[in-house]
Amino acid sequence: MRHSLSIQIGPVAFRIGSAWRAPLDALARLYAAYPAPRDGICDFTVRLEPEKPWRRHFRPSVAIKGDYILPDAAPLSLAHGLLAAEMGMNLQMALGQKQYLLLHASSVEKDGRALIMTGESGAGKSTLAALLGERGWRLLGDEFALLDLDSGELLPFPRAVSLKNGAIRALEAEVEPDRFGPRLEGTPKGEIRHMRPNDEALARMGERARPALILFPRFGEAEAVRGVGAAETFMRFTQASTNYVTLGARGFEALNRLIAGSPALAIDYPDSDSAVAMVEGFWRELAA
Amino acid sequence: MRNARLLVQALRDPGSVRNCDWAGLISAARAEQLIGSLAFRMAGRDLPPRVAATFEAARNDAAQARTQALWEGEMARRALAPLGVPMILLKGTAFHAANLDASIGRSVGDLDILVPRASLREVELALIEAGWERVKAADGYDDFYYRRWMHELPPLIHRTRDRMIDVHHTILPLTARPRPDAEALIADSVALESGLRVLSPADMIVHAAAHLIADGDLAGGLRNLWDIDRLLREFGAADPDFWARLQARAGRHQLARAVHRAARLADDLYGTPIPPSWRVRAGVDPLFRARLLARNGWGQERRKLLRFAFYLRSHWLRMPPLMLARHLWIKATR
Repeated sequence: MRHSLSIQIGPVAFRIGSAWRAPLDALARLYAAYPAPRDGICDFTVRLEPEKPWRRHFRPSVAIKGDYILPDAAPLSLAHGLLAAEMGMNLQMALGQKQYLLLHASSVEKDGRALIMTGESGAGKSTLAALLGERGWRLLGDEFALLDLDSGELLPFPRAVSLKNGAIRALEAEVEPDRFGPRLEGTPKGEIRHMRPNDEALARMGERARPALILFPRFGEAEAVRGVGAAETFMRFTQASTNYVTLGARGFEALNRLIAGSPALAIDYPDSDSAVAMVEGFWRELAA
Repeated sequence: MRNARLLVQALRDPGSVRNCDWAGLISAARAEQLIGSLAFRMAGRDLPPRVAATFEAARNDAAQARTQALWEGEMARRALAPLGVPMILLKGTAFHAANLDASIGRSVGDLDILVPRASLREVELALIEAGWERVKAADGYDDFYYRRWMHELPPLIHRTRDRMIDVHHTILPLTARPRPDAEALIADSVALESGLRVLSPADMIVHAAAHLIADGDLAGGLRNLWDIDRLLREFGAADPDFWARLQARAGRHQLARAVHRAARLADDLYGTPIPPSWRVRAGVDPLFRARLLARNGWGQERRKLLRFAFYLRSHWLRMPPLMLARHLWIKATR
């Protein structure tokens, strides 16, 4: 490919090739503080290619390709090239990650113990993790939680946080401007802005954490808390995992161990500040 | 090194690749659906930790894929058992069911089975009864085309397991010039202990060669050729008369040219031992070889013109010119 870039995020190394320079320049700026893969080898390859040969210069159209592809993925405009690269990396994880149990969840750590948050798109798990990451917690990841199949520990995967619509303003209010990527308007998911996790999250991206609490947050409702039983938690996680089925018995055992070791709560919250306060409250109870 | 070449070398002689472009090798292997086979070939070697972990995950993945493929075959067997018609597993599922060397790390996409042509209708109805569903509109051109001219029914997908089944009644489209003897394929098929059936060894090679050389455009052909290499080595070692048997069988199915070419290409790329009398020079083999290797270290397909030529050839093999013109016209204008 004409242009290429390698990035290490937690245990995973990506190689991104592109027919255009701009998406990789944006990616390099956003991931400036990340290490290059130590061994020079990559786990996954992402390719940003013209959707048709003539769409490189004429009305550029970025198709997301790589080791693993979705045959019917819609191409993006070159202005959204950074988003295409991010989606390409996510796609490799979702379809190709077979070393760890992959949960579609955000996670943060404090005192060596991890909080996992999962829920449907829009539930606020990503925003909440990003906010906690700025308020005394270590961000492990906003999108994917990687569970080690043998030890049951969580591996950090602190890629750039993908903030959408209202969450952009919330984080812009408390984070240094140089940690943000460009504002991407009119994407299929609305307005998107990527945010680099803070220095601590990056410096400690090799440091694992033991899961301690599971939350199912839901944004936009009056404050409420409900305990969630093991069976429901299990079912929700099987739906939130892209590789649970392919991992077979090992995935089943890892998930069982996670649920046996961590209580689970469903919380409704009206705004981010009350959610942060609720989380801090649970954490104090857990430690007591 | 063009990376399909590196992939071929790694499969052929795993000990010979060290300090290579690992990311390129892995991307090419994934693109060619050979990552599982490669992972098993590389097992136990001194590899960089990241590469070793990738291969270990690929081996675990292949084990799971095997379980799923065999389960899918068993589901079809149960659905068709009441009919009392022979059901023969083909391709990947057959390799796994028969525990052949070709199954080691072999990925399996669809379930392919062969049944007698006279039973097609009741087989299709029994599968639909058991939860498989039609993918193509029942009154569309594709459906008509499959039923009139193809060697298989329009594909069916299982409602809950989301897996596809291709029900064949022979191994080449009816429009192709060679006319394989489908009755002989079924009559000489072999029963396994599990109650499943697979083609006889020689017919298995004939089918693999027909699929690779006499049908299709050779996309993903490195894996089909790897199947052929593994099968030829295993069958050739087990039976001293195998090559003569294969020669006779290929002739009976009017596929001697395809079988010979496949064996030569396997010899050329994977070092498959073939009889000296089979090792003749054939003018266009280098084109086939170049087509098979048209993949770079980013996993991209190269040699656009060559690939297009093979695409045209695949249609040319499949149907007479007038019919081809009509078919392409319908596909282009819809």
